[in-house]
Amino acid sequence: MELGLDGVSVDGIVHDVTLSAASGQVVGIVGPNGSGKSTTLRCVYRALRPSGGAVLLDGQDLLAMPLKESARRLAALTQDSHVEFDFTVAEVVAMGRLPHKGAFDRDTDRDHDLVARSLRQVDAEHLAGRTFLTLSGGERQRVLIARALVQEPDVLVLDEPTNHLDIRHQLDVLALVRRVGPTVLTVLHDLNLAAAYCDRVHVLDGGRVVAGGAPADVLTPDLVLAVFGVRAHLVVHPTSGAPQLLFGHPEVSP
Amino acid sequence: MTTVHTRRRALHPLVTGLLVALAASIVCGVALGPVPIPFPRVLTFLQAATTGGTIPATDAGQYHIVWDIRLPRVLLAAVVGAGLSVVGVAIQAMVRNALADPYVLGISSGASVGATAVATLGLFASLGVYALSVAAFLSALAATALVYLAARTRGGLTPLRLVLTGTAMAYGFSALAMLLVFQAPHGEAARAAMFWLLGSLGGVTWGSLPVAAAVTVAGTGYLLANARRLNGLSMGDETATTLGIDVTRTRRHLFVVTAAMTGVLVAVSGAVGFVGLMLPHLVRMVVGADHRRVLVVAPLAGASFLIWVDVAARLLAAPEELPLGVITAALGVPCFVFLMRRRGYVFGGK
Repeated sequence: MELGLDGVSVDGIVHDVTLSAASGQVVGIVGPNGSGKSTTLRCVYRALRPSGGAVLLDGQDLLAMPLKESARRLAALTQDSHVEFDFTVAEVVAMGRLPHKGAFDRDTDRDHDLVARSLRQVDAEHLAGRTFLTLSGGERQRVLIARALVQEPDVLVLDEPTNHLDIRHQLDVLALVRRVGPTVLTVLHDLNLAAAYCDRVHVLDGGRVVAGGAPADVLTPDLVLAVFGVRAHLVVHPTSGAPQLLFGHPEVSP
Repeated sequence: MTTVHTRRRALHPLVTGLLVALAASIVCGVALGPVPIPFPRVLTFLQAATTGGTIPATDAGQYHIVWDIRLPRVLLAAVVGAGLSVVGVAIQAMVRNALADPYVLGISSGASVGATAVATLGLFASLGVYALSVAAFLSALAATALVYLAARTRGGLTPLRLVLTGTAMAYGFSALAMLLVFQAPHGEAARAAMFWLLGSLGGVTWGSLPVAAAVTVAGTGYLLANARRLNGLSMGDETATTLGIDVTRTRRHLFVVTAAMTGVLVAVSGAVGFVGLMLPHLVRMVVGADHRRVLVVAPLAGASFLIWVDVAARLLAAPEELPLGVITAALGVPCFVFLMRRRGYVFGGK
């Protein structure tokens, strides 16, 4: 399933953003704070209605679909996932079935199987009976990804999925997304994670796309200096071969 | 492959138990009072009344107590207890706040202005015994409209704005009600007003029952049909949107439904505190947070609970009656603290 943003604009924040994620690709959006990354993403998962442009799912206008239908095709991990009551992990994950259910539909065996399978995919089956509120940050993130997977989406949208995670869990979450995800569009803060895990990267600056393409072509020292105002040196990861950046603080660098 | 435990224990045994308890509570509620009536007689009278049987003329006095005074009162206690519990569940999910209760939106305080005006100034005297209920409902309606208009933004009703607006308005309405109480021409009027403010089912007749019961049943049905949406709303507005929920519309509908239910219940029983705040938590401690389970158990538990509260209100200081709010707190607080400590309930935070 291909996801395309065609000239998406939000007054004063995002200007004419056009980018696409081909079927099965993991596509990253990077950029400085306030560059419009999250706002762009909110337009995709429909928390915000763009003032112009279109979001296309295999050429179909996503924003014209009923919310329930788009929720069956596109799942998202947002920044505001805050659970107020004592739901168990299994109950939180089962909420992903919501767009597939009518008012009085019961949970079927297939629903339970999907919940169990998604929990297994994110290595969280042992947490099923735990209260969501007692989980650590890394466990929560994995459970919320399982919830998104239970929606059986064609596209997964992630807003900084590595936020608040230690390095081990950052790598785990992104490897997981690559392994189990369908088409993925994700905002990332860490340029090196983007370089290592994304098939394509788009750079946002001042609400506009200023570069897009394979990480090695996009994440150059020149671009990092122009967009982030930081000097960087490009090195190649000795084992994976992925481009990685070493940063120098402007005042300290020679 | 290991088995992942994704299912909760079935509800049927608990629901059956609660239904039996409710039936028993109704019979006990009718039998107990300043004039105790033996259980077999209660059952005989109830059977005679419902099947059109006859009773000896010497029993007419007791029959009158059972059928005209106690039964409507007990049934209304059940309706109010069920309704407040359900509304509490829905409002806590709607404003995503574990401390919310049916009165957090200022509706009961609004109703108290109308009720105290009737009690102290004698407004609507032409409506007789219904004056208090009608005035309470009308001013609850006015308060609801005010809170809605003040809390509304272009992006719909947001949880925090709703709670803040409701709380602020509640202070205003309470101040107005208190002013009326202190301006009351005689002490008896002030006492009547205070009694109403703490909740009471004294003087209930069959007339108060149909509207309250119909609104409670319809409202509970609506909320049950939206139980999955309530689950989704508990996850945050953006996440709920990605689950296919139109958050703005859902919250607006919930506001109207819960406000209507609260307004009607407050009009017939006054502002019975505690039930709508704590019953939802008690139920969640036992069956978990899934609203499809909570909304089935909460009304049954709430109904029995308030029947016994009302029995205590009649008995403890007989022949005087105590306000319901005093007893709900006295019964509920220890029970709540006990359950909270025993079950390691997280209660909306670590």
